[in-house]
Amino acid sequence: MLGILRQKVGGATGLSSQGLGNHMLRLRPVTSALRNYSSATKEMTVRDALNSALDEEMAADPNVFVMGEEVGEYQGAYKITKGLLDKYGPERVVDTPITEAGFAGIGVGAAYHGLRPVIEFMTFNFSMQAIDHIINSAAKSNYMSAGKINVPIVFRGPNGPAAGVGAQHSQCYGGWYGSVPGLKVLVPYSSEDARGLLKSAIRDPDPVVFLENELLYGESFPVSAEVLDSSFCLPIGKAKIEREGKDVTITAFSKMVGYALKAAEILEKEGINAEVINLRSIRPLDRATINASVRKTNRLVTVEEGFPQHGIGAEICASVVEDSFGYLDAPVERIAGADVPTPYAANLERMAFPQIEDIVRAAKRVCYRSAPISATAS
Amino acid sequence: MASSSLKKSKNFIFYNLNLKSKFLIPDRTSAITNSLFHHRLLHSISSPPSPPVPKYASYSQLNSAIFELACLRRRLHSTTSVSNDISQLAVEPTSHQVLDFPGGKVKFTQKLIFTSNSTEERVHCYRVLDENGQPFTDIDSSLKISKELAVQMYTNMVTLEVMDTIFYESQRQGRISFYATTTGEEAINIASAAALDSKDFVFPQYREPGVLLWRGFTLQEFANQLFGNKYEYGKGRQMPIHYGSRKHNYITVASTVATQIPHAVGAAYSLKMENQDSCVITYFGDGGTSTADFHAAMNFAAVMEVPVIFFCRNNGWAISTPVDEQFRSDGVVVKGKAYGVPSIRIDGNDALAIYNAVNEARKMAIKEQTPVLIEALTYRAGHHTTSDDSTRYRSTDEIERWRGDQNPVKRFRKWIESKGWWNDVAESEYRSSIRKQVAQAIQVAERIEKPPVAEMFNDVYDIPPKNLKEQEVFVRKTVKKHTEDYPSDVPL
Repeated sequence: MLGILRQKVGGATGLSSQGLGNHMLRLRPVTSALRNYSSATKEMTVRDALNSALDEEMAADPNVFVMGEEVGEYQGAYKITKGLLDKYGPERVVDTPITEAGFAGIGVGAAYHGLRPVIEFMTFNFSMQAIDHIINSAAKSNYMSAGKINVPIVFRGPNGPAAGVGAQHSQCYGGWYGSVPGLKVLVPYSSEDARGLLKSAIRDPDPVVFLENELLYGESFPVSAEVLDSSFCLPIGKAKIEREGKDVTITAFSKMVGYALKAAEILEKEGINAEVINLRSIRPLDRATINASVRKTNRLVTVEEGFPQHGIGAEICASVVEDSFGYLDAPVERIAGADVPTPYAANLERMAFPQIEDIVRAAKRVCYRSAPISATAS
Repeated sequence: MASSSLKKSKNFIFYNLNLKSKFLIPDRTSAITNSLFHHRLLHSISSPPSPPVPKYASYSQLNSAIFELACLRRRLHSTTSVSNDISQLAVEPTSHQVLDFPGGKVKFTQKLIFTSNSTEERVHCYRVLDENGQPFTDIDSSLKISKELAVQMYTNMVTLEVMDTIFYESQRQGRISFYATTTGEEAINIASAAALDSKDFVFPQYREPGVLLWRGFTLQEFANQLFGNKYEYGKGRQMPIHYGSRKHNYITVASTVATQIPHAVGAAYSLKMENQDSCVITYFGDGGTSTADFHAAMNFAAVMEVPVIFFCRNNGWAISTPVDEQFRSDGVVVKGKAYGVPSIRIDGNDALAIYNAVNEARKMAIKEQTPVLIEALTYRAGHHTTSDDSTRYRSTDEIERWRGDQNPVKRFRKWIESKGWWNDVAESEYRSSIRKQVAQAIQVAERIEKPPVAEMFNDVYDIPPKNLKEQEVFVRKTVKKHTEDYPSDVPL
């Protein structure tokens, strides 16, 4: 039956999930007739998505191993690696002493020698201790060794703010890692993203920085059978259009995709039809998709949680100005986190990060509808 | 896995002095009794802890190797301020109560005493040949060096010496942009490489080209890298002396100091998972031991039980920082003890001592799946690099002294000549031949074309991304359009 389903969708496996996902949605009336196949609307949390992706990749390739603080006995600081120690043993799920520089360096060395490490940082704030290894030992190695040393390593962990964790636990590193040639930087949003991108990252011969989000771990998303298949991979460097629209393009990644989608619903009621792009990949940035969208809508709002200066929005704005300047009907607006170390007090923290209202107001501003300037914009 | 019987369980059981029990690993009893070395605790003996190991003075034979007893001398309790911390065992513990603490039982004491910050006597240094190249009378003669091996080692040391001199001069003449010599450390380079297997992976710092030379890297290959021409393996992307060679199992030199140390541990972990009869070696200087990477790597290697040799070239200087401004410990060898890594201090200007020690360390590392630390005392007789003039921070007398009798090449030469395997004629012939070869290699390398512009955009990723392909096309168009602005001898 699934075979017939695939035929109807028009292809063998290997279709990008984006295409398949859209087809699946349109075919839903057909599949609902096959009531015994309930897999089409199964839900999965991002945490389970990551866990299952790790599990499947470790089962498929004995060179893949996980290393980090608390990944083993503790089942993972955020339980992403739950059950892996029992299944694969301490050689492949390695609990480390407290030294990011140490275990990142050791992971890189193991990758030099042919293993495929997945290094977990408890948060990417701690990756600053190891950043020399990520950039100088991993990202640049293939180039500096003239292709002799490739580093098939994945650095993963939560990135950006959580809730009430203060300045040293809340920074977004998309801009920092996104500027380094030799790295690939991925930013999943949904469970489908998490599964597909993590599998691609582990299989990729280049070093990958995989920025997750702590608050998304517990969120559930529908996943199709295609997504649950163990060979499911998403292409690196392709953004996904989560919601099609024609009036304004809103780009976002990670948790902000959810906010952008909610903002789009609010805007719909006010007659503004927003197109929401889930970047999925900061490096390589899917300039083609973003520019094609802006050429269609003529207006752009970029959303991110990180600091505004030298951030993702700055890069997207430059790309659009370079490639689609003539198509812009309004200046590009960047919505970003406040240019301050993240405060702890709940009211201040709320003001330090984009909220749905900020996205709505920005979209209205680029559509030249009246909207008060929010406190955080400038 | 070789170390399955040695795997540390969650509950460490250390010795209990009262029991004087033995912790022997069955298949290594003979190794232990015959071995020159005492291993770290878990794998160690326990020939009754009493009489306690006497002070270092009694290990007076300079020829015997002394590996620090890493854990046997736990100092968690009773330590005396007497500098020799081993003597604590001579004192009866003042209490027979023990604290059952994670990591092992700990005895109590009522004496308020701190360990000293230094030892009266420094850790002894293993040496086989004296300054006149004469072996001491009672060296361990189980390791025989054949004439072929000895001559090969010597000639490689001479090649390294000559190559350094001429390449250094070529930088002074403006033909290459940069160079770093290995002067004074030829024995470390060659003898350690000779004791390894060619499949043992090497993670160098940047003062170990001799290891590559030993493994067969040719003078032409060295020269190509220095000139960054199209035949060099790095495709012209790195500064001079950043050699690397996959086929020689020598990872590309990186300028970052000591980052190779945790890399080596990771690679050794990979070896351990593959269960190979091979080890990893990593080299670093005295300065490198101050970095976070060194400490994390040593600690990890001990916890993960991986087959890696940490080879520290303590050459007295980290650019202009002398060792007494680098650390206040008794050099680097004592740091091994702190991390639970078996360690030894050796004479870094004595080729035979180095050969023996590395040989033994390699066996240990592989058989017992353990890291080993070797601190080789030597002297950086040249400048840090061509960007340095070391006479600005040290006396020329000091430099000259170390270029004299302590010079490793001269000492080894005295030995092989005393064995009748070498003489003055062979020396002058060999040196002049190498000089010609190096000069020739330079001339050839200088004339070879530089790598094409196409190589500028390759290898950033496994598969070139679209934006870089576009940029490459753009660069070619621009160069073609404005040929007068670009050098004519750079191929596209």
